[in-house]
Amino acid sequence: MNWINSVVRPKIRSFLNRRETAENLWVKCPESGEMVFHLELEANSWVVPNSGHHMRIKAGDRLDLFFDDKQYDRVELPTVVADPLKFRDSKKYTDRLKEARSKTGMEDAVLVATGKLMGNDIVAAVQDFEFMAGTLGMAAGSAVVKGIETALELRVPFVLFAASGGARMQEGILALMQMPRTTVAVSRLREAGLPYICVFTNPTTGGVTASYAMLGDVHIAEPGALICFAGPRVIEQTIREKLPPGFQKSEYLLEHGMVDMVVHRHELRGVIGNLVAILTKSSAPAVLTASEAAADEPAVVTPDQGGDELIENPPIGAHAE
Amino acid sequence: MQSYLEFEKPVADLQGKVQELKALAQSGEAVDIDDEVERLEARADEALREIYKKLTPWQKTQVARHPARPHFSHYLTHLITDFVPLAGDRKFADDKAVLTGFGRFEGRSVAVMGHEKGSTTEARLKHNFGMARPEGYRKAVRIMDMADRFDIPVLSFIDTAGAYPGIGAEERGQAEAIARSTEKCLSLGVPNLAIVIGEGGSGGAIAIATANRVLMLEHAIYTAASPEASASILWRDAAKAQDAATAMKITAEDLMGFGVIDGIIDEPVGGAHRGIEEAMEACRQAVATFLSDFTGKSRLEIREHRREKFYKIGSELN
Repeated sequence: MNWINSVVRPKIRSFLNRRETAENLWVKCPESGEMVFHLELEANSWVVPNSGHHMRIKAGDRLDLFFDDKQYDRVELPTVVADPLKFRDSKKYTDRLKEARSKTGMEDAVLVATGKLMGNDIVAAVQDFEFMAGTLGMAAGSAVVKGIETALELRVPFVLFAASGGARMQEGILALMQMPRTTVAVSRLREAGLPYICVFTNPTTGGVTASYAMLGDVHIAEPGALICFAGPRVIEQTIREKLPPGFQKSEYLLEHGMVDMVVHRHELRGVIGNLVAILTKSSAPAVLTASEAAADEPAVVTPDQGGDELIENPPIGAHAE
Repeated sequence: MQSYLEFEKPVADLQGKVQELKALAQSGEAVDIDDEVERLEARADEALREIYKKLTPWQKTQVARHPARPHFSHYLTHLITDFVPLAGDRKFADDKAVLTGFGRFEGRSVAVMGHEKGSTTEARLKHNFGMARPEGYRKAVRIMDMADRFDIPVLSFIDTAGAYPGIGAEERGQAEAIARSTEKCLSLGVPNLAIVIGEGGSGGAIAIATANRVLMLEHAIYTAASPEASASILWRDAAKAQDAATAMKITAEDLMGFGVIDGIIDEPVGGAHRGIEEAMEACRQAVATFLSDFTGKSRLEIREHRREKFYKIGSELN
């Protein structure tokens, strides 16, 4: 594919890629190595049934899982200046954006929606790691700000599902400036007395962790997620030592007082629903809906050659490709 | 003994000739060298001026990191009187990569904080090369809290390659410490000024650089990641740092163009390390202007001014 990648235009390239993934119906668990059929994985909210490994999940799927009966309204997001630095490394930034858009169907790395969680109104923002490693640039920053503004307007709690490789290098200092921008928004939410719950998913790193993600009233982590400021590779290179096992994973952060709880994806709705109902002094939420039902036993599967596309411990600002 | 950067070689050569001539005259040769020395020195000055007129981003990076460049402690001694250093975050430790305290600027009470890189090997180790751990940022939050309570403006001097990437720093919540410090900067009801004096590196800089007015010295840099780190992320090759420095747009002029900073403080020809007094004087004026501009403003005005400023960044680009 390499020579094709270098000559074929992004649109055509994405068409070729799409055909490839359509045949890739088996997914390998990065923890246990077992092969899981994609439908089975989907039915289990992209948690590998046996190992309990939480796979990364598309932003749209996350919204489906989160809101009551998959009902929600997407919030229109502000447009921002494209490619302010006129940036190119080995590729033009504008080409990378086009690719990411055709690969994910998203405009940028963050989606925002309003809807109900166990009967109570709520706004949720979701970062998608598939879109240029969920990196924080002007569009993503503005989307988070928009999400918070929407919560302020509706006077409802705000939930953020964080996933990011950090600041988007291709937008340089303007990406970095999203840290104070989003922090202003969080402060306003706090002053308005509205709860802000941050859910750390795999991976949440760099400037995202060091700004709005770490400023939640309550921090929830999905099991086994990498949550850090400096990525493991950078630390290893700096101190030239092996890192302790489990370093910078959800359970490690729980132990070190940085998150309140580690919660299985199946339980997230219940935990957040209960929490925001208490914090907003609303009546107790309705009982869990059918979508909370536990996953079925995995079917017997025959692994094919299935090339998985998993990136282990991506560096800060890494590209999802 | 002046040390020269690689791109300053023409100046170094000319100055070398001047030294040779002077040595020759001292050894007793009966030649009149004054004219020649004067001529060579004028040429050296001219060469320096020409070189510094059009520094590349990578060359600026080298100037910003020059070992003889004035560090935070120089600014403290030159600009602040009656300085009382305050130490410790009251939680875990005192991080000497960030120095904090209270003192006077031209008679007025001010809170002061900044990254200290250190100027000798021993000092560099003591200050961890200006790379702070969570305790540094938590100490900054403590000092900002005090300043806010006593209604004292905050001056912040930025000079760091970035926050320290280490096991202990991560274990104790580097990200949280940076986020809280940024949040504290943004919530202050007293005016704050941030001056990037050398390197403004990533989140480690932002944490104490989110101010009503952000200024950069002419040859300082301010980046989302150091040129080396950007190169290793984007090109997977740290050796591409020069290209990264250009592509990332890290100079004071670039940032002024993006509306990310509010002003540039001129440096003497050849960089701040060639005229420390002059550089300090320029900063003194910038601080004085800042303090007088924000005198008499209400706490709410000050806070909203800062918030609106950061909220708007990027929205007026075209």
